[in-house]
This record gives sequence, structure tokens and C-alpha cells, in this order.
Amino acid sequence: MNDLILLAILSSSLLPGLIIFTLAEESVRLRTTLNLTGALFKLLFIALLFFRVAEREYAELRLPLLADMELVLRADALSMLFLTLSAFLWLLTTIYAIGYLENSPHRSRFFGFFSLCVSATTGIALAGDMITFVIFYEALTISTYPLVVHRGTPAALHAGRIYLAYTLLGGVVLFFAAVWLRAIAGPLEFTPGGVISGLDPSLYGSLTIIFALLVLSLGVKAALVPLHSWLPTAMVAPAPVSALLHAVAVVKAGAFGIVRVVHDIYGIGFSADLNLLFPLSVMAAITVLYGSIRALAQNDLKRRLAFSTVSQVSYILMGIALASPLATIGGLVHLVHQGLMKITLFFCAGNLAETLGIHKIDEMDGVGRRMPWTMTAFTVGALGMIGVPPLVGFISKWYLGLGSLAAGQPWIIIILIASTLLNACYFLPVLHRIWFNKEQQQWSKSTLAGGRETIWPLLAPPLITAALVIFFGIFAYLFGSPLYWVELITTREYGL
Amino acid sequence: MTEILLGQHWFFWMTLVPLGAAVVAFLIPQQARWIGLATALLLPFFALAAIAATLTAEVQPITGGGWPTPLGIELRRDGLALVMLTVTAVVGFIISCYALGYFPARGHHSSRARYFWPLWLFLWGSCNALFVSGDLFNLYVTLELVTLASVSLIALEGGKAALTAALRYLFIGLFGSLAYLLGVGIFYGAYATVDLALLGDIITGTSLDHAAMALMVAGLVLKSALFPLHFWLPQAHAMAPAPVSAVLSALVIKCSYVILLRLWFEVFVSLDTVAVGHLLGLLGSVAIIWGSLLALRQERLKLLIAYSTVAQIGYLFLVFPLARNETMATAWVGGVLLMMTHACGKAAMFMVAGTIHHTAGSDRISRLAGAGGPIGVLVVVFTLAATTIIGLPPSGGFFSKWLFINAALVTGQWWYLPIILSGTLLAAGYVAKVLGWAFLDVKRSSYPVIPWVMKWPPLVLSVIALLFGLIAYEPVQIALLGAPVSGPIFMEAGP
Repeated sequence: MNDLILLAILSSSLLPGLIIFTLAEESVRLRTTLNLTGALFKLLFIALLFFRVAEREYAELRLPLLADMELVLRADALSMLFLTLSAFLWLLTTIYAIGYLENSPHRSRFFGFFSLCVSATTGIALAGDMITFVIFYEALTISTYPLVVHRGTPAALHAGRIYLAYTLLGGVVLFFAAVWLRAIAGPLEFTPGGVISGLDPSLYGSLTIIFALLVLSLGVKAALVPLHSWLPTAMVAPAPVSALLHAVAVVKAGAFGIVRVVHDIYGIGFSADLNLLFPLSVMAAITVLYGSIRALAQNDLKRRLAFSTVSQVSYILMGIALASPLATIGGLVHLVHQGLMKITLFFCAGNLAETLGIHKIDEMDGVGRRMPWTMTAFTVGALGMIGVPPLVGFISKWYLGLGSLAAGQPWIIIILIASTLLNACYFLPVLHRIWFNKEQQQWSKSTLAGGRETIWPLLAPPLITAALVIFFGIFAYLFGSPLYWVELITTREYGL
Repeated sequence: MTEILLGQHWFFWMTLVPLGAAVVAFLIPQQARWIGLATALLLPFFALAAIAATLTAEVQPITGGGWPTPLGIELRRDGLALVMLTVTAVVGFIISCYALGYFPARGHHSSRARYFWPLWLFLWGSCNALFVSGDLFNLYVTLELVTLASVSLIALEGGKAALTAALRYLFIGLFGSLAYLLGVGIFYGAYATVDLALLGDIITGTSLDHAAMALMVAGLVLKSALFPLHFWLPQAHAMAPAPVSAVLSALVIKCSYVILLRLWFEVFVSLDTVAVGHLLGLLGSVAIIWGSLLALRQERLKLLIAYSTVAQIGYLFLVFPLARNETMATAWVGGVLLMMTHACGKAAMFMVAGTIHHTAGSDRISRLAGAGGPIGVLVVVFTLAATTIIGLPPSGGFFSKWLFINAALVTGQWWYLPIILSGTLLAAGYVAKVLGWAFLDVKRSSYPVIPWVMKWPPLVLSVIALLFGLIAYEPVQIALLGAPVSGPIFMEAGP
């Protein structure tokens, strides 16, 4: 059966994006209306789908591509997790970007590609087989490039070249691995428990190589060390782009792809049997520590946040690689939790840059008095990253710790503790500067009504996400909360 | 009514109408533009009617003079002919629209318009005739017509460089045709027939047959500009006026390739082709790398696109080594898919380059700096069209590379894998170079005004090229009608 709602979800950002390309620079109102209507409709469609998927009624849409090959869109529980996250954060980021880019040039181009980028992310979430996934994954690579180079400065173009070099190389390897796997295993529909466990044992050697190729190619976007260098360089992009890149679109697409490969192509049991997961957990552990250590030395706020992303995204992979239900919960829930926290931090960094022109950490002394609300949100995000209870970051780390014990790999706990300490080392001094140091320079007073620190489109999004960081930390078991949903995914995946 | 429509000999009309229109356009130069446009409007409908007729109705075989085949000449009405006619009709229609803007009726270049239309219609009719020809001699004649028309079109630009390029193209073309004709002569002497299907049945595989094959392959390779016989192509394609470059790269190159494809899968099947296949594969591989590297070094947009064509021709020739017994269908479909999608993408790219040349006065890539406004649209068109050249999804180029890699894995010819993959990266490199300039933020004092026929028609083609992978199901099914290959397209590799 073909569910047109999937097409509606996809086109709710694609169509506005295509229309926006043709708009003149001055038609701000029409562009804003298109953007917000699209985002709201997408959320509405997703809400409709949400209840169906909770009842195990999966939606599916198939289009023939070539003989024996189809484009498969499918909404299962895991798709809904990523889909909801991206649609919700897209709405907030759009509002933020409208405020952030006020009166800057090339806005039609920006919002056009922004919508294409989100459409590609939606496609990745909804992809029902490997081929569809690859199609949207490459589309994401291309549609993000114009956003990274949006400023048009030589530095931005340099970052764009680095970004393209890394992601296209990864894309080519992914393409090759997918063709190879398709050639030995037939159609690669995402199925809980995997699709290839029945193959002839003489193919296990090839399967191991393909697994390594898949993980490494997807690891480029997920910023696995040593494939992470593009991410800190891409920091020259405007703040909404960085927020989207780090919280939803690019790095999460890589991590999500690895989850799909391990869970729904190879199957957790089968990949554990082939001993594929231990190397992955070691790589993830190295990335967690390396990212945190590099973050310590950064003075540029956005670069510090970027290295923090490198570190945090690998929590997801660590949870997947441990292959115990509790660790899987910890990893998957971090997909959402890290998104909420990191987008808050990037919104706040953007506010500092846009309102006060602050880019460096040593310029942040006493900024809490000038921008109290923004800095409160920042503090919530930073404490969440460290893993302070009752914020969402704590929940992820708690489940990861429990999962590592259950999987009989207690060394992960040491990694978690070390990483938490490092997180504290690079976030707490910043918080100290913000709240307790004396102001070094005189910032211009706010000219807005009521002495508001910045305009609403810039202020509201970080406040909302920060509130969610607290809310989902305290009410973690509420119906529809990330943790609730991830437990649902995990029970279905393990067949518990 | 429908029966009358479906019963028409559409294949015949698709050849006769453009040739007739060429004569009329030559006789009435004042109205040449409108005659050309009217023909261009008609042909896509003819192509659709031809497809509908083939799919639904039993049509009598079309033979010259009504004689059945050993005596008469039968037209080919198979899937390959159908898709090539259709692609030519669509691309030709868009190029005709674009040419309306490129060769304005008034102004100091009006004499170029006067010659462009008859020559272009003549070329179009010859291409169509070539696609439906089913015997060696008719293929030779139509290929000659195509070459002569192309040479005149290249010379249209005028000036020393264009004339040199045109003359070089003429001599190369004649040399290639001569080699091909020698091969035809040998076959005719040995088997007393030039019909492809008959020849395929009765060919025995003597050493003389192999010599004929070598001659014909060499001639066609020269005409298709496979490395190292590509030397004439970049100058010829870059010197010509933009609509002509588009025609040459998108369609003319494909003519000799289609002949080779027909010969290889229908006539040469009983010959020992493995060694020749490997040689073509090797040359194709070098073409991919060499063409892409040179494209990366070009400072002028049209030359960059021309060298990219050299690389893409290399991919087309990978079909021959990759088509082994079990992967015949895989490689054949990959090649046909690449031909179709490359025609759309490359034509759009050349038109964009032409528009930039037209408005900025030069097609240096650095002229794209700070592309905003009207030029920004062109850059978007260029990028969309380039997705298929790079092989990014969902373009047709993506799926044809998929099929090539699949065939290489199944037949164990793993050495083509790094070639195909690095060709992809190099193509991404030269497209990224163009994009890098376009996104550079430079304040421009004035934006040129571009007539809409030069802006929007290429967009249509580039969107077709981009989305071709999603709509490829039907075209591939049509192409497989009466194809010399059969079996599943996707093959499973053993351990």
C-alpha cells in the first residue's frame, strides 16, 4: 500500500524550498510565510503518523526506479525518532535564521538550500532501504555545501572545499560499499534483526570489509576521529547553519546511518557474531576522548562547541556498538538529547556574535549581566552536556553506563567518567567567566523595548530548547518523550 | 482516428520532416527560424507517437521499396532506436529554443542564423536516419551526413581558429569513415549482405572477419573521440557556437557510439572480442582519468565541459569489457542510460556556458565570481546538470555507474572500480571549482540582462538530467524492447 502522507512530509519542505529559489530578495513576508507554513505542516503530518507508528502500523511508499530496484520510503519507530527531531528543530532554526539573517544578502538562496537540506534529512529518516538512504545522503551533502559557503569569503570557500572533499570521498566509498553489498546480498530493505544473516559463511570475509567501508564512510559525516577535521573548519558558516549541521542534519545523518547499518542491515546479533562491533566501540571511545581534549584548547567559542560535537556524537555510536538493550537506549536517546543541547549552545553562540560581536571565549567575561536569558539557556545546555542530573545529558550517560555493565564491558565506564571530567573542564570555566568575572568591555545598551537583550526570533528558540533539556530530563518517561520512544524502538529491535 | 495515428510510419516521418524542413529553411532564409522551431515542436510528438505505436499496435515492417529483407532495406524500430529518437527530439527541441535567442534575427550575426537553421535541421534528420538504420551501408551514409553537417556547423563561428577546428574535424571524420567503410567492404565481400541481423546470424569468425571488426571499431573509436583519438574534440566543441557545441557533445558523439553498440552486441557476438574489449576498457579508463584531470586544469568553461565529455566517453566504452555473458544486460543498460542522461546534462551545461560567454563577453571561469541575479540562475542550472556528470543521485549517471560497478564486481574485473570511483571524485572536483568561483562574494556593478529563451530552456534539460534516475524505469523498459540483451539488470555476485 502506498501512503501518500510520506510524500506529503517530504514535499512540505521541498516545495517551499523550490518556490523560495524563485522569489525576489525583497519578498520577506512571502518567504517567511512559506518557510513557517512548510515547517508547521511537516510537524502536523508527523504528529498524525506518530500515533500510527506507536501502534506498529508502519507507513510505506514504493516507486520503481529500474527493474528490480525501488525507491522505498518507510516510517518505522526509528525513522520517527529522527524525523520528529529534525522537523521540530527545523521549525526553531528557521525562526532563528529569519532573525539572524535579517537584511543580509542572498536570503532567497539561503532559505532555498536550507529547505532542500531539511528535505534531504527527512528523506534520510524515511529511507526504507539502503539505496534510498544513499540517494538522500548524497543529496544532503550537496544541499549543505551552499550553506557552508554562504558568506562567500575566502575562508568560507576554503571550508566548503574541505567539507566537499571529506563528504564526497565518504560518499563515493559509501556508494561502492552499497553496490557491493547489493550485489552479494540482494535488495537491502531495512528490517529489524538485519537482512544478511542467512548468507553463505564463505561471504563473511567480504561482509566484514563492507561493514568497515560502510562505517568509515558514514563516519565521515558522524565526525569519527580521524575523519572529523571538516567539522571544526565548517564553523565559518552562519550560526543557524552550524546549529543545523551539529544538531540535526549532517553529523546526525552519519550517526543515524551507522545505526541503520548495524540494526537493520547486519543485525545486532549478527554483527556481534562477526566481531564487528568491538572495533567500532574502540573508535567511538577514542573519538569521545579526543574531541573533548581538543575542545579544551580552543578559544573560539564555536570551535570549542564543534570539538564538543565530535566527542558527543560518538556517544551514540558507543551505545550502538555495546549491543546491549540498555546501551542501545542510551545511544539512541542521545541522538535526540545531544541535538537539543547542542542546538541550544549554538543558538546562544550565535546570539553573542550577532548582538555583541563576541566570538572568543576570553571576551565572554561578565556577559551574563548583559544577556541573562541567553546565558541561562547556555548554562542549561552546558550543564546538560556535562551530564548534571536531572538534565537530559545525565539520562544518556546513565543508560550508557548501565548498558556497558550489562554488556560486560566496564571499561566504557572509565571512558564515560573521563569524558565527563573533560566536559566539565571545558564548560565550567566558560560558565565561570559568564557569571562571576567582571566585564572587561562596555557593551552597547539594548535599544529594544523593555531593555530586551536581543530580538525575539533570536531569543525564543534557545529558551525553548533549553526548557526541553530540563523538561525531558525530569519527565523522561512521559508518553512521546525521547526516552519513552527509544525504549519502544529498542524492545522492537531486540524483540523483547 | 487513433488507428490512423498509430498506423503511420512515424520513424519515416522523423527522418523526412527535418530533412524537408532543412531544404525549405535554406530556400526561405527569412523564415528559417520559424520553420526550425515548428519542426522542433513537431518532432517530440512524433517520437511519442512512435513509442505509442510500437507499444500498442502491430506495425508492418518498413522496408525501402517494399522489398522484404535480403533484398530490401529494413528500418530498425527497436527500443534503442526509440529512446535515441526521443532523447534527440527532446534535447533538439530545447536546443532549438535556445538557438532562437542565441542567433537573433537582427544584428551583425544574422548571416550565422541563416546558415544555422538549415544545417541544424539537416543534422537532426541525419541523426534520426542513423538511429533507425539497420544495415552497415546505411549506417555509413548517415554517419557521413552527420559528420558533414557537424563540420559546417563548427565553421559557422567564423575566424581562423574555428575554421582550423572544423577542418581538423572533417579530416578526422573522413579518416574514421574510411576505416569503417573498409570493414563494411570486407563483410560484404565475404557474406554478400550488409544487414545487421542477417550478418549476426551467418558470421563465422574467420581472421578476415576479425580484421573487418578491427577496422570498423578503430574508425568508430576515432569518431567517438576515445582517448588517445580525442585530440580533435576539445577544440572543435569549444570553438563552435554554444547551441552547436551542445548538439555535438550531446548527440553527434552518440551517433558513432550507437553504431558501435549495435555492431558489438548484434554482429560481433560470435567473434572473439575479449581482447578488443579489454583494449577499449583500458582506453576508456585512461580517458576518464585524463579527461577529468585536464578538465580540472581549464580556465575556460567551454573547454572544461569539452574535456568532461572526453571523460564521459571513457565511461561509455567501459560497456564493452564489462558486458560478459551474464552481465550483458547490466552493462548494456548502463551504457544506454548514460547516453541518455549525458545528452541532457551536457547540452544544458554547454548552453549555460554559451549564455555566460554571450553576456560576460568571455567564458573564463573567473567571470563567474560573485554570480548573483541572472547569472546565479545559470550557476544553479549548471550545478543541476553537473550532478549527472559527477554521478550523484538521483541522476541517471548515478544509476549507470551503479550498473557498471555491479558488472565489474560480478565479472571480477575489480580494476575498473578505482577508475570509476576516482573519475567521480575528479568530476566533483572540476564542478566544485566552478561553484567556488560562483559563490565568491564580489560586489558587481551591473547585472547583464539575459533573454528568457537563453535562461529557462537549459533549466528544463538540467532538471530532466537530475531527476532521470527517478523516471528511468519507463525509458529503460522501452530501450529493452527488441534489445540484443536480456535477463535481469542487477546481477548477484558469487563469493
